[in-house]
Amino acid sequence: MKTCCRNWSWPKESVRIRWSSSTPSKEGTMAESFEITDAMRSAIGVEGPQWPVEFTTTGIRGFARGVGYTDPVYFDVEAAKAAGYASLPAPPTYGGIPVFIPGKSDNTYGAPVAGNVRVEHGLKNLLDGGTEYNYLRIPVAGETLMQSSKIADLEVKTTKSLGTMLLVTSEATFVDSTGAIVMTTRGQAIFY
Amino acid sequence: MPTYDAVNIGDEIPSITKTPGRFQLVQYAAGSGDFNPLHYDADFPQAKAIGDNIVHGRMKYASIGQVASDWLAHTGTIRAISCQYRGMDLQGMTFICRGVVKDKRIEDGAKIVELELWTEAANGQKTTPGSAIVVLNS
Repeated sequence: MKTCCRNWSWPKESVRIRWSSSTPSKEGTMAESFEITDAMRSAIGVEGPQWPVEFTTTGIRGFARGVGYTDPVYFDVEAAKAAGYASLPAPPTYGGIPVFIPGKSDNTYGAPVAGNVRVEHGLKNLLDGGTEYNYLRIPVAGETLMQSSKIADLEVKTTKSLGTMLLVTSEATFVDSTGAIVMTTRGQAIFY
Repeated sequence: MPTYDAVNIGDEIPSITKTPGRFQLVQYAAGSGDFNPLHYDADFPQAKAIGDNIVHGRMKYASIGQVASDWLAHTGTIRAISCQYRGMDLQGMTFICRGVVKDKRIEDGAKIVELELWTEAANGQKTTPGSAIVVLNS
């Protein structure tokens, strides 16, 4: 596997920061009150280890199919080349597929968890709050980018519909085999 | 295909109408790697609490990206795209992915166009408001 870093190896256990005053939410009930502790705040800004994310022809076709594209540039390598790409380009908002390693990856989302700082809050439900991608160039099939992530912010909010929620804003940077940044992303997860 | 001179602020770009049911959402789960059962398992507790499976927010985000991509037809590049997930769309319900030109300007020689993009539910609610900055080739 091509990576940008010498001596790169799979990250070890993740660092877990517990939500000391949390009230675990049960199915169908709202979480009660809790607050962000200093221990949790210490997780903000800690850059996680790099992790390989693959952009493949099969992966890009699968994503384009799932979204509902009919544009041949995302399916047919010859069409992609005719449009000026080296191979199938990543459709907008496609972040590639993180290499999945059992025990080191999240089994639901496929994202790497090993080595990253995790805030254990006991909240069972998850919704997406927002997402942002910034491109310096468009990744194409055949590339393996190295992604690293960090928690950028933690916030507690209360709404009538979902009760008390924890908003986790995270940022990720993707670099290519030369070490150049290809794209950065920012996202907000809502746990309730 | 859009060219800088021909693009005007306020122009609507072609919309895409979608009605993703569980079949499509399973395809999106496989393509994206997001296997949260909320999107395809009717018995999943969070889906039962909401009332049905809901469309992946990221699928709607990708769909407003598709509006920009289809419009550009590879005669330009998306530099940035963002959205917020403001409302849920239930599986099997129709929503429209729309876009409008918000601004155009030349920056360091680059022909920049700003798009406002969103998904719109049947009741008119913008469930996924977003925006994109694109650079046109010509």
